[in-house]
Amino acid sequence: MTDHDLQLKATALRRAMLRLIVNAGAGHTGGGLSCLDILNVLYNRVLNVSPQTFTSPTRDRYVQSKGHCVEALYAVLADRGFFPASDLDTVCHYQSHYVGHPTRHIPGVEMNTGALGHGLPICIGMALAGKMDSASYRVFTLLGDGELAEGSNWEAGLAAAHYKLDNLTAILDHNTLQITGHTRDVMSNEPLDEKWRAFGWEVRSVNGHDYAALTKALTEPSPGKPVFVIANTVKGKGVSSMENVAKWHHGVPSEAELKQALAELDAAEAKLKKAQ
Amino acid sequence: MFTPAAKATAEKLGLKMGRANLEEFAATLEELAQTNPNIIAVTSDSRGSGKLAPFGKALPKQIVEVGIAEQNLVGITAGLAACGKKAFGVSPSCFLTARSLEQIKNDICYSDVPAVLIGISSGTSYGALGTTHHSLHDLAVLRAINNLTIIVPADNFESRQAIFFAAQSKKPVFVRFGKAAMYGLHKPETKFEVGKAITLREGNDVAFIANGETVVHAVLAAALLAERGIQSRVLSVHSVKPLDTKAILKAGRECKAVVTVEEHMVNGGLGEAVASTLLQAGACKPFRIVGIPDEETVPGAQADIFRHYGISMEGLSETALNLLK
Repeated sequence: MTDHDLQLKATALRRAMLRLIVNAGAGHTGGGLSCLDILNVLYNRVLNVSPQTFTSPTRDRYVQSKGHCVEALYAVLADRGFFPASDLDTVCHYQSHYVGHPTRHIPGVEMNTGALGHGLPICIGMALAGKMDSASYRVFTLLGDGELAEGSNWEAGLAAAHYKLDNLTAILDHNTLQITGHTRDVMSNEPLDEKWRAFGWEVRSVNGHDYAALTKALTEPSPGKPVFVIANTVKGKGVSSMENVAKWHHGVPSEAELKQALAELDAAEAKLKKAQ
Repeated sequence: MFTPAAKATAEKLGLKMGRANLEEFAATLEELAQTNPNIIAVTSDSRGSGKLAPFGKALPKQIVEVGIAEQNLVGITAGLAACGKKAFGVSPSCFLTARSLEQIKNDICYSDVPAVLIGISSGTSYGALGTTHHSLHDLAVLRAINNLTIIVPADNFESRQAIFFAAQSKKPVFVRFGKAAMYGLHKPETKFEVGKAITLREGNDVAFIANGETVVHAVLAAALLAERGIQSRVLSVHSVKPLDTKAILKAGRECKAVVTVEEHMVNGGLGEAVASTLLQAGACKPFRIVGIPDEETVPGAQADIFRHYGISMEGLSETALNLLK
């Protein structure tokens, strides 16, 4: 799949995600839009996993530590055929397993997440198991900016480097906003590159909406070191009224806002098609 | 742990002193791991406290050290279990079930991975070290989490059987071990089944429903009471979850009084589980929960703490006599 193909797909995925959030009446719109390109490149270019191979012991593992952005994951998994797209109509509905954070009831989901600071330690266990078995699979997790205030991430940061887990990649959806506002005002965590490098990780800082850059950062080997990808993203990416606005952390669009957002995404898609 | 009178009673009953349940756990795990390379022990600078130093030497590829980081310990244990390993997360129960409770709830139980958590030096095993090192809350908090089997073995036999069970379980399991040497309470042919209490003595005057390191005291109290013509039933409820409600109800209906005994705060542990079982079935008898009361635990070694709160042959027989008055 070319970068252009992925860009086109992203407009459809953003539309599906917004629709499901409106239908659910809940969701994490801003963060979903910021991490959507990362998920798009992971599931359509990087991860060695498919609906057919999901139970294979040799599949790549992805654990979404920032579980609240599950709507983006649902949209991507449905598009990849892990479950019918019509399932998305039930998100957050009574007796639907499609709750507001990932669970293993959903095909394609590896672990139940939602409480922050859990994904990285779990992925260390998975990566260690892979090393013990001399398996070729790789393990990925997606973290949020605000999430990095959880101390468990830093416990895990030590352990991954200690065990030289070069089969592990942590991706930070670095949109710099969290529910209360700017991360630098809530709890400063910069300079992140220096911190993770000092912990013994290979750090790669990229534009989190650039498919070529993401692909390179997520696939280049790093012998003897876990990889920390700082994906610089825009919260609310793709819908101008939502970009870089903290209130869209878990804002649900009104019908009018949805209509405007879909029109904007339609226009972006048309422009991409024209450029083809 | 035992007064001279209690030791004399144990001798009369023919009880033989074994080793610490914790030592039995470590030896059993190593034995199983020798033939099952999928068994992995995960420790948080706790291999010494967990008696796993020999395991680490014998099977260095089957032990993962995470340092003093209990949250990471549980997360890593969950990740290993999700990738086909039979992972045993081993850490002092006081830290394991408090600092990393959220990881137990979400990463192990909610994600439903076949991991085993071992709470070492549980209850008041670290008695004199103070409240930071006591785990008198662990059963209460874990009982409130769905999808976890909770086992509290009384002696070396139950400890070994609990590890056999945990090693083959496809679901999350928590087992708690103390570090005091324990009298053997069971015959080798005893059947151990998770969810089934073991009846150690039959009687219909008073029922002692106990678990863990307190069971032996109930056994001794029963012997003392028998000298006064009072017949006690003693149940070892090693499995707190699932709970053998059938055996508990039978005891509650057939005996004149019920005394529960546990090395745990009286809030939320075995006693309240038994009370709930009896009350909801309408089996209301004179009833007492013996455990650690809701107060700052008295300073002292485990034996001092047990004696102080009446978890002893003498204390339990007195409690029973008062209930039967």
